Amino acid sequence: MNQTIEFTLNGETMHYSVDVRQSLLELLRDELALTGTKEGCGVGECGACTVIVDGETVDSCIYLAVWADGKTLTTVEGLAAEDGSLSDVQTAYVQDGAVQCGFCIPGMVLSSTQFLEDNPTPTRPEIKRALSGNMCRCTGYQKIVDAVADVAEKRQENADIAPVKFTRHA
Amino acid sequence: MAKNNVIGKTEQRWDAIAKVKGQAKFTADFPINHKLHAKILRSTIAHGYVTAYDITEAEQMPGVVKIFLPEDLPQNKFGTAGHPWSMVPAKRDIEDRTLLTRHVRVYGDDIACVVAKTELEAIRALEKIKVTYEKYPVYLTPKAAMADNARRIHEERDNVIADTSVGYGDVAKELKAADYVIKEHFHTPMQQHVHMENQVAVAWQSEDQRWTCISSTQIPYICRRIIGQAVGIPWSQIRVQKPFIGGGFGNKQEVIIEPLVVALSMACGGRPVEMNLTREESIAYTRTRHAIDYDLAVGVNKDGSITAIDCNVYSNQGGYASHGHAIGGKGGTFINALYKTESLRYAAKTIYTNVATAGAMRGYGIPQVMFALESIMDDAAEKIGMDPIDFRIQNRRPEGFLNTLSHVQQFNFKIDKCLEKGREAFHWDEKLQDSLKYKTGSKRRGVGVAGFSYGSGTYPFGLETAGARLTLMPDASFKLMLGATEIGQGADTAFSQMAADTIGVGYDKIIRDAMSDTDIDPFDTGSYASRQTYITGFAVQEAAEKMKQKILKRASEMYDIRPEYMDIVDGNIVYSHNDQKIADLADFAMSSFYDMEHGRAIVAESSVNIHNNSYASGCTLAQVEVDIETGQIELLSVMNVHDSGKIINPILAEGQVDGGMAMGIAYGLSEGVRYNEAGKPLNNNLMDYKIPTTMDLPDLDHTFVESEDPLGPYGNKSLGENPLCSPAAAIRNAVKNATGVAINSNPLASQHVFEQLKQAHVI
Ligand code: FES
Ligand code: FES
Repeated sequence: MNQTIEFTLNGETMHYSVDVRQSLLELLRDELALTGTKEGCGVGECGACTVIVDGETVDSCIYLAVWADGKTLTTVEGLAAEDGSLSDVQTAYVQDGAVQCGFCIPGMVLSSTQFLEDNPTPTRPEIKRALSGNMCRCTGYQKIVDAVADVAEKRQENADIAPVKFTRHA
Repeated sequence: MAKNNVIGKTEQRWDAIAKVKGQAKFTADFPINHKLHAKILRSTIAHGYVTAYDITEAEQMPGVVKIFLPEDLPQNKFGTAGHPWSMVPAKRDIEDRTLLTRHVRVYGDDIACVVAKTELEAIRALEKIKVTYEKYPVYLTPKAAMADNARRIHEERDNVIADTSVGYGDVAKELKAADYVIKEHFHTPMQQHVHMENQVAVAWQSEDQRWTCISSTQIPYICRRIIGQAVGIPWSQIRVQKPFIGGGFGNKQEVIIEPLVVALSMACGGRPVEMNLTREESIAYTRTRHAIDYDLAVGVNKDGSITAIDCNVYSNQGGYASHGHAIGGKGGTFINALYKTESLRYAAKTIYTNVATAGAMRGYGIPQVMFALESIMDDAAEKIGMDPIDFRIQNRRPEGFLNTLSHVQQFNFKIDKCLEKGREAFHWDEKLQDSLKYKTGSKRRGVGVAGFSYGSGTYPFGLETAGARLTLMPDASFKLMLGATEIGQGADTAFSQMAADTIGVGYDKIIRDAMSDTDIDPFDTGSYASRQTYITGFAVQEAAEKMKQKILKRASEMYDIRPEYMDIVDGNIVYSHNDQKIADLADFAMSSFYDMEHGRAIVAESSVNIHNNSYASGCTLAQVEVDIETGQIELLSVMNVHDSGKIINPILAEGQVDGGMAMGIAYGLSEGVRYNEAGKPLNNNLMDYKIPTTMDLPDLDHTFVESEDPLGPYGNKSLGENPLCSPAAAIRNAVKNATGVAINSNPLASQHVFEQLKQAHVI
């Protein structure tokens, strides 16, 4: 059975007819070709499929697509500015060496982004708790936690993290 | 050696931006039209034979394209280990599997396959296949599989697939002569890689009527060969492409699903067929780290000298040979690399059982042997009342030691410097003192240390070859093409730095590719054995030197200056004696393409075969707090120290150490696949198989003892696998220091610790 839903995805209003059994992850990856959102387990354990729905992070693999009706969604593709420059969270991930294979990174970056909205002045243990639903096998989380702490600190100092552009042939 | 200050500097990895933006394409992210989906029917017993299948109902299920039984696909025997092909038949990996099998050797064995229009339809059809089994006895341990009356798991060979002994001196005599003999048994668990991206591959018939396979593999060229062997077509008929890969850690140094996917596409008229393993399949039915048992005896004198190391090793291979004895058999060399001893015997057996097939995993046998060795050495030091760091330093191998077990001469081997630096930087003495305050009560503290040694690549046991190609672009950028594989570790960034440094341009002038492609890239055996920056580094260096010489030769024609008077520095062609600029490299590059007289594009290539190895070393220091009432261990602080020669890119090197430490700590504390008596895996999901989350790790501390390795292409040695070799033993030793109880089997999960403390009457 299909149902038509309306939602805002990365700033764009969408109408879409979805199978009521479909997960949001399937809608994003298979129908909308937004493959930045990853699947690491499909059952809500790893956080690779994290997206932001109305200001909350959800595991899109266990979130039905129909539940997105009337909601506002952000996926990793929606974080950078229109000119392609990175958000401060993305920038910190790049500069602090928080990225290795990159498979967990879309989910991590989204969890970090939402967390810093909710808690602009976090302690290190709070950062760790906030990211505990996102598994990473490459980094030991060290530089990921560093990157989030960095953004919080720089935002408090009101200092911009210089946005990273593609530096090649500058 | 580094010349232009690109080596040794933190450069931002070139692929990080694509990864934070969600642009980076992994295998499952390519838009492929009319793709079919394949699912494997997995046996629900661990040992036996399928006497009958009933697929009548399954065939009627919606979306089913075809159901395959073992007889429906090629029956060629092949092995899955990612080693270069050996020209010497006796040295080849054991070939003991077919694409699908009726003969079940592990729970979840591949007994049939469904191809359907959607993944869900394939799964639905799988559920309707009925299977009748004849059951055989299940052997979970080497001991059970070696018993006199045990049935052969593979008819054609004994369950003991290899039995070797290496060493020197008279171990029995030297043990007798020692002031003390310490004898202990150790057991290590079946750790699983848990790369965040599961195995995935897609294959189809391409326009040229050959077969293309996109796969999440560490070893595209080896993958091509094994597909060819398994499917029975010439290797040239296969093209393997590797895009970004979501971690491998050795599990993707196995060619597990690619041959099946190609065979299925062939059987479905060349249509694209994709197979995407689930997390449950990936944990239980791919590969694991070998569980190994060690019976160790060490003879030690009161003055701290070691008379004998005697080691019997039983490596649990699981149902198929895979990397086989290469892992269990390797430990002797690295024991010998670390410790002076009058005599050594390292006798190892690798044994088929009915647990999951064990294969390559980050560390390749060394985390196991170091857990045993560094535990017993700690106990030896304790026995004679010596400080564990002093004991290790006193017994270190001297500089230039010729390791007769591998014939590698250990130059620049700095385990002593690592231990000294670690003592300082970790504040070992202070933490030892602090721990003394916590020897009674419910929370006990202790410190522990453990060392390791590790090779850079596989020489002299394996072929070490690599290639590189550099193409000058019209704006004086360089396209760098490699068969080496970036799998998240940052190899591509390190190679770009190497090329830039040798040519004499900035790092930003080197362009890499996300995709490795066996039709396009120079031959390289791939990513394993911490070989790439070492072995492929030589190839990059040679190609870059050739490129530079070609540029200077052409510049000599164009500017009428002898080539030996010129150099390339910071992107300019200059006089080498005073750096005076002759030409901007970008102007030169444009002319190299389009100048009427001189224009002909410049390409430089290399292909190397490397006959050397540089042993790296390092150590872990840890402080723990043990709650003796619950058996819970808190890791208060932990530090790794690494002797890996020159560090090419500090931030990437730190990242490798962080990730390796996390895996090594969890190897010590929480990880391991568990089975019931029937051989069924019990914890193949991320809730029950405990990889660390952010909450499970303390801050990870590390430092390097940097040096210029005399053999490494840029003074570098291995680093990728090294960090996980020593944390588990350091934690075990710290727990012993805290509680007085030596626990010789991993992981030190709370229940296990609690039981051990109880048995030792601590509680
Ligand atoms: S894929 Fe959704 S939580 Fe793992
Ligand atoms: S960067 Fe590889 S899983 Fe996190």
